[in-house]
Amino acid sequence: MNRTLAALLSGLLFGVGLVVSGMTDPANVMGFLDVTGNFRPALAGVMGGAVLVHALGLRLGSSRSPVARASLTPRKAEIDGALVLGAAVFGVGWGLGGYCPGPGIVSMGQGSASATVFVLASLVGIFGANVFQRGVTASPSSFRVVSTSTNSAAEAK
Amino acid sequence: MADPTLISSFSRALAGGALIGAAATIYWFRAGRVAGVSGVLAGALQPDDADRSTRVWFLVGLLVAGIAAAGISGAAPGPALPVAAVSGLLVGFGARLGGGCTSGHGVCGLGRFSLRSLVAVLTFMATGALTVWAVRHGAPSLGALR
Repeated sequence: MNRTLAALLSGLLFGVGLVVSGMTDPANVMGFLDVTGNFRPALAGVMGGAVLVHALGLRLGSSRSPVARASLTPRKAEIDGALVLGAAVFGVGWGLGGYCPGPGIVSMGQGSASATVFVLASLVGIFGANVFQRGVTASPSSFRVVSTSTNSAAEAK
Repeated sequence: MADPTLISSFSRALAGGALIGAAATIYWFRAGRVAGVSGVLAGALQPDDADRSTRVWFLVGLLVAGIAAAGISGAAPGPALPVAAVSGLLVGFGARLGGGCTSGHGVCGLGRFSLRSLVAVLTFMATGALTVWAVRHGAPSLGALR
């Protein structure tokens, strides 16, 4: 399977998973986050199912390659200001709208104007963070920004 | 857990999650990348990125899944447009700064037992829950955002 086809198929499967799971309905997401009110805990199953299958898949898939197996060991955990501040800001946005990036794109495909605005705004937010990170990296500061987890698996190949 | 509605929505969540986990595994082994949607979006925006087309095809897959789903049922109602805009800005900025979102940290990172990702997931779950609390129960003046 070539990479283009693999990327298309995994995007498709990922999107179907988001629809089936109920993640594309902001009311579900906000219900999941509404722990003190009308709490709807079902979405815990999404992360549970996904992490279980992914963790098993990674281990089975790399069982014959020591290099691939080594790449599964997380690098030194760098828990810094950027990670915590970024995740905190992300959570506020997630709680406000009920969309995160994947469900936003899928809902955009379903024709939601709200999701389309969300996705376009998130591109602006990504661009803003790139600019912010360059500014922070350029100035000497203890507020370190490490490279993101969008690392490649190329070294594992 | 005797509530049949909860059991049915939990089963769907679990099944959908399994598909997401399988998709992330295929993307890792066959496309050589972490299937974090915010990271994929960020990479797709960079013209000099060598793997740009791989990322774009993943995004096309997500969109096509949405278009196909629209044939069965329309999109669920989303937030008002100004709320969607503010929420998108925060989500994009935060995911980029924090190195991932619900998929990158929540699925791929936790699947690799990354401590960084665990910290990120606990943080965004907490601020997400606080935000929903503030909008729904905490501050009546924020009710307009609902």
